[in-house]
Amino acid sequence: MTGGLFYAITGVLLFCLGLYGFIQHAHLLRRILAFNIMGSGCFLVLVGLAQRGGQVDPVPHALVLTGIVVAVSATAFALILMRQLYVESGHCTLPGEDEES
Amino acid sequence: MSHLHAWLVAVDWIPWLLGPPLAHATLAFLLGPRLARLLALPVLVLGLVAASGLALRVLELGPQVHALGGWGAPLGIELYADGLAALMLWMTAAIGLAVGCYSLAFFSADDRRGTYFWPLAAFLIGAMNALYLSADLFNLYVTLELMGLAAVGLVALSSGAAALAAALRYLLAALLGSLLYLLGVALVYGNQGSLALAGLSLEANLLSSLIIALMTLGLAIKTALFPLHFWLPPAHGGAPAPVSALLSALVIKASFYLLLRLWFELFLPAINLPAAQFLGLLGAGAILWGSWLALQQRELKMLVAYSTVAQVGYLFLLFPLASFAPGAEAAWNGGVYHALSHGFAKAAMFLVAGAMLFAAGHGEIRRLGGLGQQLPLGMFTFALASVSLMGLPPSGGFIAKWLLLEAALASGQWWWILVMMVGGLLSAAYLFRVLRQAFLPTPADTRFRRPPAMLVGSAFLLSLVALGLGLWANGTLALLRVGAPFTEMTP
Amino acid sequence: MSGGAWLPLLVLASSLFAGLIIFALPEASQRLRSSLNLAAALAKLGLVAMMLWGVYLGQQYEARYTLMPGIDFVLRADALAMLLVTLSAVLWLFTTVYAIGYLEGSPHRSRFFGFFSLCVTATMGLALAGNLFTFFMFYELLTLSTYPLVVHRGTGQALRAGKLYLGYTLTGGAVLLVGIIWLHGLAGNVEFVHGGALSNLDPALHGELVLIFILLIAGLGVKAALVPLHGWLPVAMVAPAPVSALLHAVAVVKAGAFGIVRVVYEVYGIEFAADLNLLLPLAVVASITIVYGSLRALSQNDLKKRLAYSTVSQVSYIVLGTSLFGPVGTIGGLVHLAHQGIMKITLFFCAGNLAETLHIHRVSEMNGVGRRMPWTMTAFTIAAFGMIGVPPMAGFISKWYLGLGALNSGMDWVLLVLVASTLLNAAYFLPVLHAAWFKPQQGPWPEEKPRGQFETSAWLLLPPLITAALTIAVGLFAALAISPLEWARIITLREYVR
Repeated sequence: MTGGLFYAITGVLLFCLGLYGFIQHAHLLRRILAFNIMGSGCFLVLVGLAQRGGQVDPVPHALVLTGIVVAVSATAFALILMRQLYVESGHCTLPGEDEES
Repeated sequence: MSHLHAWLVAVDWIPWLLGPPLAHATLAFLLGPRLARLLALPVLVLGLVAASGLALRVLELGPQVHALGGWGAPLGIELYADGLAALMLWMTAAIGLAVGCYSLAFFSADDRRGTYFWPLAAFLIGAMNALYLSADLFNLYVTLELMGLAAVGLVALSSGAAALAAALRYLLAALLGSLLYLLGVALVYGNQGSLALAGLSLEANLLSSLIIALMTLGLAIKTALFPLHFWLPPAHGGAPAPVSALLSALVIKASFYLLLRLWFELFLPAINLPAAQFLGLLGAGAILWGSWLALQQRELKMLVAYSTVAQVGYLFLLFPLASFAPGAEAAWNGGVYHALSHGFAKAAMFLVAGAMLFAAGHGEIRRLGGLGQQLPLGMFTFALASVSLMGLPPSGGFIAKWLLLEAALASGQWWWILVMMVGGLLSAAYLFRVLRQAFLPTPADTRFRRPPAMLVGSAFLLSLVALGLGLWANGTLALLRVGAPFTEMTP
Repeated sequence: MSGGAWLPLLVLASSLFAGLIIFALPEASQRLRSSLNLAAALAKLGLVAMMLWGVYLGQQYEARYTLMPGIDFVLRADALAMLLVTLSAVLWLFTTVYAIGYLEGSPHRSRFFGFFSLCVTATMGLALAGNLFTFFMFYELLTLSTYPLVVHRGTGQALRAGKLYLGYTLTGGAVLLVGIIWLHGLAGNVEFVHGGALSNLDPALHGELVLIFILLIAGLGVKAALVPLHGWLPVAMVAPAPVSALLHAVAVVKAGAFGIVRVVYEVYGIEFAADLNLLLPLAVVASITIVYGSLRALSQNDLKKRLAYSTVSQVSYIVLGTSLFGPVGTIGGLVHLAHQGIMKITLFFCAGNLAETLHIHRVSEMNGVGRRMPWTMTAFTIAAFGMIGVPPMAGFISKWYLGLGALNSGMDWVLLVLVASTLLNAAYFLPVLHAAWFKPQQGPWPEEKPRGQFETSAWLLLPPLITAALTIAVGLFAALAISPLEWARIITLREYVR
């Protein structure tokens, strides 16, 4: 197994882990964190798979950088919405979803 | 006239579709709502001119390529517009203009919501334009995400916990969808070493199946395909009327457009019949379940939102019908035509629903009697939009239905015919729940306010476009053929 | 020979634009609205007369517009189209006059007359349609423009009737659409041509063609009120009397019957339809409808409901004539298209007069009404005798040709149907007439509204008198060149002699 493939498979595993958390948890903060783990998994796959042939491919790096910017903005936005929801309703979960689950 | 025509064709309009809305968004954010309102109409009119010019240019000169900032692929970003993209851009510009006019009257100058509406709406339109013009998978991801964030911001405009919950639900669904898509992009890049949509093609193997599944699932969530539609009704039904119109008419079409591009330019060699039929099955589920729920709604805007869930289903009938000859071209045309006519009809319907809410002070369907007298043009607009959604002639919806039925008959997939027939009747059933109110007397406890003329006027114009799509189908379909994946099949 | 494209377009435009302007008029501007209505009706009549003359001389008026690749929007004035166009133009004028009088002082008249004009536009359009696609467009437009008329009163009963009406007609429309698209897939753009265009298709497709025929007839049969698809018609009679008159005489049921005629003669071709063994089942369905409608009419106490069941029965005469192979039967069916319209509109006008003036809705309340409203009841009597088929009135001509046609085509059993139907016609009309003329009045009228110097308002009285006179005239002067009978002969000639 090459190093690149190893990273890629790790990335897929991270993605799946994040996905599980994203679906499983009701608390919004956990879901936002899970989303970030999924994102990291994606980026790992992108960088890992680009290692083929021993040569460094610059394109995925540019992509991952852009992707991180997008993910950070989305996270910030989600956090502020969550905080606002907490102010308005006193809950950190979406209505109809139980925190214990 | 010919002078204007020559000028429209000669100009490279692509940068004009991106720069002005993004500049408007930034300026509106920095300089406040007063300037934003002032700039809104010029920018939106410019957008419509640019989109019309581009459509004409594509029709006469073929697909257009534009290297952004003079840097072509692979280092820079290359933009591309064929007939399909030009049509979607035109729809965005036209609906954007109408919604803009409506919003000037809907949000008063000192309305807190207006402060954020203008920058977000302009960002949304800019992001959608960029999406339609993008030609590589990663660029599409970025624009998809931009569009999603702007749309969520718009949903959060209505204050209150319910609106925030709807926005968060929408945000989570959108983020999940784009991450699934992004993982697909990563796998494609690993597999093919390129991201430009033009040169790519998948082979039929396990990895391809995984890629197709991931990307389709991600985009289906964003398009609110049954049973992944849970986020749509609260978001679309709860937002202010102009926002609902933008979201229901345009935003879900953007992700559908992307799926369409991927499916027929990238996936097609690796598609098998069960996969396509499965998507169609979900579409059928959407038509039936969405219509059924629309029948149960008490609130006008929720009914219209569930109608969107149902109408999205027709879009997905395209996949089983267009993936295999015969009838593929008719299905492709029909599906795209449905996206267009639904866009105009649904935008008109949400806008006029907003005017009705304004007039009656509430949105309870059972108590809307008397609107026929108080708001005759509004009711007429609702009726025209309904005609298109029911797929009755003369309307764009009818042309779409005709083409889809033709494809289903040509390929012998009669089960979709049944679905479309039942779906059409169900849509009549829920839309006439509203239309019949026009003939009922005014309830004693209702006091009507007269809405600004712009509210009904802009909606009326949109419903006329939905009607006109049924009468000028020839030109529209000619534009759609430019660069379409099925031109080679035309005899 | 071509007579240009503008005339059929103008015929449509005359009522379309009148309708759109009327929508925009304020409720109070009654005089302007009425003048506009009458002017449009007269203008249309003039245009139709010009076109009729041209078609008589053998000209063809055609307007064509390519809507989609391979699909044209075609309006063409041929002899068959002119039969329905002329009938609608004439009866629209009378119904407009009647409706102006009928709705005097009632609310929502702008809406009513707007949709009324749209409804006539749709009828004209489907009469002039040159292919199935165009026909379908107007067929659905007719559904949509009549719904507001059916529910016009806004009562719970009217809205329920509207719902049922929509349920039936939209379902019928959907079935029709599938049939049309299927046929389009097999045979391309199917234009209406004399003798049909399908007979040269591959025989392997004949099975599919039979299925398509069933779909088309089922879709059209809803509006033509063929049993068992007739359920909406008796319920829809809650609509105001001018609407019922229009629905039963020119617009909706005629649209269905006319469509069946087009499909049998000009899509399939009568000979080809006979080859596919499609005519006998159609004749059987029509016969069942004729007898069933008459039987149900017998037991109705509500006058308009009795008339509605009578329509169910009478419209199927047209379908029956269509399904009799041979020119004589065709003439019988076609001429009944016009005759039924004239007679039925008279009956509904009269029923409306009784309801408006004396508030009489039931047959049991009609005792002695002939002495209170002699003119109205005279018109009613003439039309009823016409329906029964008493010579020399309109209905007699229809039945005579239908009977001869049945004998010519070897379907002798149809004669039995005709005899039975005539007896039943008499059984449900004569008691009404007897009660009106010969029974003494029982107590006061439920509610008397004095209107004008005659027995009722002149606006309400003149139309039925004129149409009653027409009922006699078309029978008496059936041999004249301008009679419906002669016109039906011309159509038949062009249909059979190719």
